[in-house]
Amino acid sequence: MSATIVNLPDQSTARIPKVNFLTKENGLLSWLLTGDHKRIAILYLISITFFFFIGGALAGLIRLELLTPQTDLMATDTYNKVFTMHGVIMIFLFLVPSVPATLGNFFIPMMIGAKDLALPRINLLSWYLYVVGGILVIYTMVAGGVDTGWTFTTPLSTHYINTNVMSTGMAVFIAGFSSIFTGLNFIVTLHKMRCPGMTWFRLPLFCWAHYAASILMVLGTPVLAIAIVLLALERTVGIGVFDPTKGGDPLLFQHLFWFYSHPAVYIMILPGMGVISETISTFSRKRVFGYTAVAFSSVAIAVFGFFVWAHHMFIMGISNYAVLVFSLLTMMVAVPSAIKIFNWTFTLYKGSITFETPMLYSFGFMGLFTIGGMTGVFLGASGTDIHLTETYFIVAHFHFVMVGGMLMAFLAGIHFWWPKMTGRMYPEKISQMAAVITFVGFNLTFFPQFILGTLGMPRRYASYPPEFQVLNVFSTAGATILGVGYLLPVLYLTWSLKYGAIAGNNPWQATGLEWQTQSPPLTENFLVTPIMDHEAYDYEWLEAQQAKEVASAR
Amino acid sequence: MNQISPVLWQFLVKWMTNFALFPPEASKIAPQMDALYFFMVLVSLIGLTIVVLLVVSFSILYSKQRHPHAIQIEGSTMLEATWTIIPLGLFLIMFVWGALLYFRIYTPPANAMNIYVVGKQWMWKAEHPGGQHEINALHVPTGQPVQLTLISQDVFHSFSIPAFRVKREAIPGRYTTVWFEATTPGTYHLFCTQYCGTDHSQMIGDIVVLTPEDFKKWLAGSTSGNSLAQDGERLFASLSCAACHNTRPDARGPSLANVYGSKLTLSTGQAIDVDDAYLREAILNPSQHITQGYAPIMPTYQGQVSEEGVIDLVEYIKHLDSDYRIQQTTTTTDLLPQGTGTAAGQQAKPRGKVNP
Repeated sequence: MSATIVNLPDQSTARIPKVNFLTKENGLLSWLLTGDHKRIAILYLISITFFFFIGGALAGLIRLELLTPQTDLMATDTYNKVFTMHGVIMIFLFLVPSVPATLGNFFIPMMIGAKDLALPRINLLSWYLYVVGGILVIYTMVAGGVDTGWTFTTPLSTHYINTNVMSTGMAVFIAGFSSIFTGLNFIVTLHKMRCPGMTWFRLPLFCWAHYAASILMVLGTPVLAIAIVLLALERTVGIGVFDPTKGGDPLLFQHLFWFYSHPAVYIMILPGMGVISETISTFSRKRVFGYTAVAFSSVAIAVFGFFVWAHHMFIMGISNYAVLVFSLLTMMVAVPSAIKIFNWTFTLYKGSITFETPMLYSFGFMGLFTIGGMTGVFLGASGTDIHLTETYFIVAHFHFVMVGGMLMAFLAGIHFWWPKMTGRMYPEKISQMAAVITFVGFNLTFFPQFILGTLGMPRRYASYPPEFQVLNVFSTAGATILGVGYLLPVLYLTWSLKYGAIAGNNPWQATGLEWQTQSPPLTENFLVTPIMDHEAYDYEWLEAQQAKEVASAR
Repeated sequence: MNQISPVLWQFLVKWMTNFALFPPEASKIAPQMDALYFFMVLVSLIGLTIVVLLVVSFSILYSKQRHPHAIQIEGSTMLEATWTIIPLGLFLIMFVWGALLYFRIYTPPANAMNIYVVGKQWMWKAEHPGGQHEINALHVPTGQPVQLTLISQDVFHSFSIPAFRVKREAIPGRYTTVWFEATTPGTYHLFCTQYCGTDHSQMIGDIVVLTPEDFKKWLAGSTSGNSLAQDGERLFASLSCAACHNTRPDARGPSLANVYGSKLTLSTGQAIDVDDAYLREAILNPSQHITQGYAPIMPTYQGQVSEEGVIDLVEYIKHLDSDYRIQQTTTTTDLLPQGTGTAAGQQAKPRGKVNP
């Protein structure tokens, strides 16, 4: 079969290091009161996986209902609750924290040669806030759900709906603070905790992407909090900020909500892009093509990302000239994404490429994100937006970017760093298969939705005209395949915790500082504070280093 | 084929006829929208093909077996500039093209026929100027620009006609407009595309496009007897608007003759164009819209007049072209039958009035 770069220690003698962050302390309390960024990352990983599967089950229900044109599986009210809960859970409890709170939390300090994040207790607090948000969401579901849609459009959410809007709002409000604290922590850490020699332009691109995302988290999320508080006040005491009969303006809520929620999609995708930069480089043995371009494109996305929110409101009667400005800025934000795609592609050029699972997921990301990004331009151009917005076209676009892009990147990252986090390899063959299944299932699920959207099928519909059925059947069929693709990793990754091959320090021969220490790492990450004396992705440095070790071992 | 398997043949025919892949083009703007759409599809396909081709060929050429040692490359300013400028150029073309389309769709021509549409949970009510009322349906003629003035009575709705490629949100508290010119007679989908609660997916209807002759017949056969302006006139009378807005020299309110389309100076000194939206605001929220030279004495009619009622009033005021018309209305007020119990008396209760 194909060549591999995997370089494992001799399995007959290799042992997982006795002392590591997992074994340092035992007992539930040692986890619940930990300040260790790695343990908090594991806590996050378990909790977001839990919510991912709840959200995924809800997605399955949606697809089942849409198998037939009539509303025969559930009542429309139930359907509305199901898609609302799916959105709330997937966005606020999975996508926003997914890569940053798990992989970012675990690896940013290690990549910059630090012992921990700058504010370990704030880090733990952010997990607790996440958990409180999560419990409130579960409470909402048990108490009967909520059916505002994840966008909480006023006045529907304030005056016309009697479900658990308040508890959902509170959940989002609290989970938002978890995100603010994570972002704040990353910014401070990246400024203050870099090891000697680690200049800004020697940072792995993963860190740049997280830095950009963190800025968005810190500056954007408070606006969401404000919007939610105003919504709550409107609902409880009727302050009338959004109520036209009291002189308020319902469009104001749209402005406030999207001022966060558009940057939020960059909060979700940027860390994923960071993962792809790491995997593509490692599995093609090459430094990332145009390091500075990739780094600054992350920052450009963060900056432009703040000034495009009104493209969610093109048909809501905002001024035509505002539409002009926001449409233009939307086109601008598409450019850095295109730059990234081409830079990753050219990283492959003259590389020495192998196709382990993280690389397969990364290829999946590149293809699907390209489609997702291009269809975003369809929606950013104001004219075509009129026809395509609020239909399945936008559902497909969003899922191509978020599921095809972000989730693929998340899985790429989980597989890539699994050996470092656990000390054991995942089984390669079956995971490659899972990656292919995911890719096929994904396309079958979401590609037909572009056609449905072009036909005009509105989103959030529990029933639809019969001529749309064939495409919906394809989509539902794809969703079942996709479900298998997501269940497989849970099974074999759990299996690998006990039976996986011992990974050793650096199974991928990767250059990041996180790979130059034991797996799983020590609580302090490094025995001695590393000194960064080379550029990021310097494979020649790595070879020299390894040659030196071999020489000294003799 | 037919000989091989009639069953399969039948299935294929059924499949092909019931399996939509692209919406019909039934308005003047639709082909223009589709031109841009297909341009974008083409650019996306080319872009995707380039990326996939590069990834696949690099993966083959530089796989570890073929190319065991990577050659390190910093980057290339030249290439970097290429894939910044070309996408930017393409995106800018799409931006300009899209913006032209957008302005066309949302700028109605002067000769457009206006139809009011009120959205409410969960139905669409259309009101033709001649007084034809429709629910979850809209009849329009071909070859005539039609402007829709939309408003919602409760939450956000969105009036979407995929076959026309137009869509506009109906928002509580303000008018929005959209226009189209239908080209092909037929029946097309009408969807509410903004999530609006329980029966969002039932808030659908039919857009019936008729030839001008058929449309005339339909108008004649569907009239409720009163035009919107006539309904508005009754409402105007019953709300005693004419008590102030009469044409007498000592009137407490400004004369409304020919006010529509004129430029007014408000007491704040602000100059304002009088359009549908302004009239609506001035009725519901008068203290904010005092014409210069008049005292702020008009009470609000918020909650007393339904959205349909406001539309009737606006339509009435639109058609006030002389003081004489107002005097006629003033006279009508005196002649209003008072609870005579006859059919005429029942009819006299204007339909737009909301009973407290």
